[in-house]
Amino acid sequence: MKNLFLFVWKYYFFILFVLLQSICFYLIIRNKNFHQAGFINSTNKVATSVNNIVSAVTEYISLKESNEALSRENAALKTLMPDVFYIDSVQQRLVNDTQLLQQYTFTPAKVINNSFNRRNNYLTLNKGTRHGIDTGMAVVNSSGVVGIVKNVSPHYSSVMSLLHKDTRLSARIKKNNYIGSIVWNDGVDPDRVTLNDIARHVPVAKGDTIVTSSYSAIFPEGIMVGTVESIDQNSGMNFFKITVKLSTNFRNLTTVFVVNNLMKTEQLQVQEGQVIE
Amino acid sequence: MIIKLLYQLWRFAIIVLLQVALLNHIQWSGYINPYVYVLFILLLPVELPSWAVMLIGFALGIIVDMFSDSGGMHAAATVFLCFVRPFVLKIMAPRDGFEPETNLGIYKMGFNWFLTYTSILVAVHHLFYFYTEVFRFTEFFITLFKALLNTIVTVIIIILGQYLFSNDKRVK
Repeated sequence: MKNLFLFVWKYYFFILFVLLQSICFYLIIRNKNFHQAGFINSTNKVATSVNNIVSAVTEYISLKESNEALSRENAALKTLMPDVFYIDSVQQRLVNDTQLLQQYTFTPAKVINNSFNRRNNYLTLNKGTRHGIDTGMAVVNSSGVVGIVKNVSPHYSSVMSLLHKDTRLSARIKKNNYIGSIVWNDGVDPDRVTLNDIARHVPVAKGDTIVTSSYSAIFPEGIMVGTVESIDQNSGMNFFKITVKLSTNFRNLTTVFVVNNLMKTEQLQVQEGQVIE
Repeated sequence: MIIKLLYQLWRFAIIVLLQVALLNHIQWSGYINPYVYVLFILLLPVELPSWAVMLIGFALGIIVDMFSDSGGMHAAATVFLCFVRPFVLKIMAPRDGFEPETNLGIYKMGFNWFLTYTSILVAVHHLFYFYTEVFRFTEFFITLFKALLNTIVTVIIIILGQYLFSNDKRVK
């Protein structure tokens, strides 16, 4: 026993060293084993408060990088948004029926550009030749006529709005079928167009409904144009000058339908023959 | 005596904070993580018994471990450093021994002595630490490179710190 004490006394330094190292390696091995967290870790109060201060400072230093990272992430996320995608599907319905031969197809399209405050206004749609759209097709929306396709590219089409000095539209008074033509004479007010060529004897009243006529090879018959707002007696002339309040609101066009008249070529060919003869 | 104790405690706190708040966060090339906190052990008075130094080293290592989540590796390396320190001091002692209350700083002991002393002990500590950290010999040379590189960085920081912050300048 005395020898043991002497031994300890003599080599106390080395024994202390071995003891402390044993403790250290016990801690290290315990720490490596993730089933049981080590005693010595940075989750205690002092360490966390110091680490919080440090991270508050370093966060501030790295604000620029984190901003850049965030905006990169935003850009990446934005490209995943549904708005980014061009919807390439064509939603047309062709119906086969032996008695009813389909004359019109309707292709939905989104208005991606629109003007209504110029003299000659155009719209741009996000559908093009890929979706079967061609020049000269009618464009309508749920409340009325919109315009006529003027130019097409594979994915886009440009539409001559009804609010254009060259747009002519054959229309009729719904209650008595008298035919006139719609033009945008006004050139300022995107809510009103003029119905010409209605003879003075025709009974017409305020509030009468104006729809597209069957004379057009472009527009299907009976599409709403608007309602009669005022009738100018136009003294000295044979025709009324009727102001029509449009049913289409050109200020907030979003979704429109492009109308394809499947029999247009045939109709035009026949009519061409008439002219030649 | 109390003043000296307070002074040592103050230095302990400063060095630990410097280590855990600043030097632990150097992220430069993934190789550079100097452990300057060993300076505290290096500068402890010569008269202090070795066992006390070793206990202090153990505490210092444990605290650094606590902040860097390294289990007990810093403690192990620092205890090893404290084990080696008396022998190094013995070899490097002046011919007639250290004067009482010798300050082991660079101004008192001279540049060459301090550089040798610091390099040996920091290298001991860093080699021990980095090999414990890896805990295998397959990465022997890369670990050796890391340990020696960080030894150089630590020694440079310690010597610069001595020139900048040592309050023995007035003595000189």
